[in-house]
Amino acid sequence: MFRGHSISRRLTLMNMAVSASALLLACAAFFAYDLYTFRANLERNRSIQAQIIGANTNAALAFDDATSAESTLSVLRASPNILAAAVYTPDGKLFAAYNRPGVVDSGPPPPIPAGEMQVVSMGISEMKLARLIVLDGKPTGIVYIRSDLLELQGRFLSYAGIVGLVLVASLLAAWLISSLSRQTISKPIVQLAGLANRVSREKNYGIRASQAAEQGEIATLIRSFNEMLEQIQQRDAALGKARDELERRVEQRTAQLAAANQELEAFSYSVSHDLRAPLRHIDGFSAVLSQKYGPTLDPAAQQYLGRIREGAKHMGHLIDDLLNMARIGRQEAIMKPTDTRTVVNVVIDALKPEYEGRHIDWRIKTLPTVECDSGLIKVVFANLLSNAVKYSRRKENATIEVGHFMEAGMPVIYVRDNGAGFEQTYADKLFGVFQRLHRTEDFEGTGVGLATVRRIIEKHGGRIWAQGKVDDGATFFFTLKPSGPGEVNHA
Amino acid sequence: MLNEAIEILYVEDDPADIELTLLSFQEAGLTNSLHIARDGVEALDFLLCRGPHAARDFHAPRLVLLDLKLPKVSGLEVLQAIRSDPRTKTIPVVVLTSSREQRDLIDSYKLGVNSYIQKPVDFEQFNQTIRQMGLYWLVVNKVPES
Repeated sequence: MFRGHSISRRLTLMNMAVSASALLLACAAFFAYDLYTFRANLERNRSIQAQIIGANTNAALAFDDATSAESTLSVLRASPNILAAAVYTPDGKLFAAYNRPGVVDSGPPPPIPAGEMQVVSMGISEMKLARLIVLDGKPTGIVYIRSDLLELQGRFLSYAGIVGLVLVASLLAAWLISSLSRQTISKPIVQLAGLANRVSREKNYGIRASQAAEQGEIATLIRSFNEMLEQIQQRDAALGKARDELERRVEQRTAQLAAANQELEAFSYSVSHDLRAPLRHIDGFSAVLSQKYGPTLDPAAQQYLGRIREGAKHMGHLIDDLLNMARIGRQEAIMKPTDTRTVVNVVIDALKPEYEGRHIDWRIKTLPTVECDSGLIKVVFANLLSNAVKYSRRKENATIEVGHFMEAGMPVIYVRDNGAGFEQTYADKLFGVFQRLHRTEDFEGTGVGLATVRRIIEKHGGRIWAQGKVDDGATFFFTLKPSGPGEVNHA
Repeated sequence: MLNEAIEILYVEDDPADIELTLLSFQEAGLTNSLHIARDGVEALDFLLCRGPHAARDFHAPRLVLLDLKLPKVSGLEVLQAIRSDPRTKTIPVVVLTSSREQRDLIDSYKLGVNSYIQKPVDFEQFNQTIRQMGLYWLVVNKVPES
């Protein structure tokens, strides 16, 4: 009921409905009772009138004097509600009659049931009453009176008027009372609703509802609302503080990181420029010495010069590799779908000078398209394939296999050779910087390549591991993210 | 000496590098006349006939060999100055340096370098590089008449 209206309007309407219905019920009950008693009185009055007429016309009936009876009946003229009156003989013949001017005769009276003294019939606009006239226990005639109900209707109308007036007055009163109660009931609720709206709109948790003086549910509601706002305000403040602190720390760390990065870059720039020059000089002057004064030096001195030059060149490679690794570490990976088979083909082609004159059985299986930085992945394959070429060079029939398989939805790419292999116990050490499992005189190298490879794979969110056996080859596995479901480039 | 047509301006601060490079030039049979500047200021003074070279008649060398890490005025600044002066704008400049930092490469090319060579540690490779470089820029390559 009253859905969609404001609370104060609903309260007013409810008040008015309740008072109106209570008033209407009371009036209806009162009216019904009054009508009943009024009708009973009317019936009794007519009955008494009929008895009087009966008593006064007894003699006239006995002497068959209709004129006397008519004069008795004409007395009824004084009663304005009597429409007509008549006296009938016991056998139903009209003896005497009185009709108010303008009233139409309505025929004989209704029959009186045996054993009864009178019969009453109530119509909409008139009441008919027939009564036996009795003398010494014997019926001598019948009195028939018709009277209108104007009295009753008048009473009904005045009742309706009074009820209408009272109803209007009481509705007005109910409306007034509701309006007054709005101050105490609906107004605080409406204010609270407005405040809640404002709080949620302005995100201002510092606002408070004014406390009502009274006790009760509304006061509790306002208090709870204020307490809730207080809690939200506290939490908001705590959250804001935590966020500021976090931002400050992030800023601090970012600044530290930027400084460290800058330092690292400066360091690597300096290494790139300044550390290589002395090596060039060592190698250069050793070479000149060996060329110009070679004939005067004994073989041991020549050999030492060779060692000096080898050392300088190795140091040069170390510096290059380290700088390379540092550069890759700083570089941001730009991910895009890359066909690894194309990368492998390019790398194998570029490695040609490293395996010139050798027979290598290249087994390139199906390779996936993966989400990666193609430049960095090329470095991965260049290192792994160059290693495979290097460590298989003592084999008559070198075999290098590149392929992949799926594991838990991730492509695992592998590079396998049948070369020198390694001891599985030390497999983890392969990926450390400057970690080598072979002597430099057996297989040259700086121990930076696989560390760089691991760094790239980890940058891609992948994993790298190795399996090997001494003199029975090595296999390197790494995972990369697939670029799409089942996108495999078939060989 | 003052008005002799200089064919190569070699800008390098490290005496050891100068000695080795000159040995390589000899080895490669490059006998072109060469002037050495030991820092950026000297290089620009010579090129633009300023300071101690104010009396020199301007004559553009056929090639400038430029190190990047130089005292006073850096190699990149020298390159920028060469490219901003209408007289030296078209001289081929080859950067000859230890570094192959991306930053140096990008900056050099942005400033209009003609070639960028990283000096190899291996002396034989160094000789070969100098020979190829000299042959290309002094024999094969053509420059507009000054």
